[in-house]
Amino acid sequence: MHRDGPLVQARGSAEVPGLQASHKIFAMTEQRVSYTMDSTLETVDSAEQAASRIAAEAGFDDEEVMKIAMAVREAAVNAVLHGNAYDPGKKVGLDFERTGHDLVITIRDQGKGLDPKKIPDPLAPENLLKTSGRGIFLIRSFMDEVHIHPSQAGTEIKLIKHVHGPAAGGKEASP
Amino acid sequence: MSMKISTRQINGVTIVDCSGRITLGEGSVTLRDTVRELLSRSQKKILLNLGDVNYIDSSGIGELVSAFTTVRNQGGELKLLNLTKKVHDLLQITKLYTVFDVKEDETAAVKAFD
Repeated sequence: MHRDGPLVQARGSAEVPGLQASHKIFAMTEQRVSYTMDSTLETVDSAEQAASRIAAEAGFDDEEVMKIAMAVREAAVNAVLHGNAYDPGKKVGLDFERTGHDLVITIRDQGKGLDPKKIPDPLAPENLLKTSGRGIFLIRSFMDEVHIHPSQAGTEIKLIKHVHGPAAGGKEASP
Repeated sequence: MSMKISTRQINGVTIVDCSGRITLGEGSVTLRDTVRELLSRSQKKILLNLGDVNYIDSSGIGELVSAFTTVRNQGGELKLLNLTKKVHDLLQITKLYTVFDVKEDETAAVKAFD
């Protein structure tokens, strides 16, 4: 199976509760869904809900679904708040892709670019009582792989969860 | 699903019953405002009952930390009661479980303020 092979056209739509149709500019295939969303708190909730639904459809159990959805929520918070800083002129991109072995989620913002090396360790004693700075740590805790790509055009963060069990091979989960 | 908060008093301790989600936005603000209001009324023994909090994100965790330090800085004490598994696990992996005084029994928790 080739990861970059042609995508199968969707038979359904990629509706996300709370996500206005006008925010959705692309389309769904059986393997990939992409959204472009405003830099709002509503986007954070919508991204979390989309992640929860897609992870469940991919066959992950409830515990894993919760972790994936929370990781996506935290990444969306970073994109909306720290990346785009609620700028109405900047968008958040959110892609879900199911390959044979992975659920790959990509979140992009149009901010200044997040340097992962400059994120303080939230577990260090001097940082334990800080009121922020745990988002990336939680994302890393909940996903199998996390890749952060900052650039002048913004930050792209790729979250990967390996598919185990009967869902492997990209088959639909049992209803 | 937003967060709901109600307060009650037992032996000089204010028990804050929280339910729903403590997340960025409304949930965190509701908690912050409640703690701020209690402190303004000199109610500095605060027991946060999180038994019906089914979800918390990093902003919510930050809000708990903020409440804890704010109360402590004003000479008060804030304890947590009835953590759900999700909240418990999050406090464990963020190493905050030992920072907070976490209780499982309300009566014992109230006595612990003495």
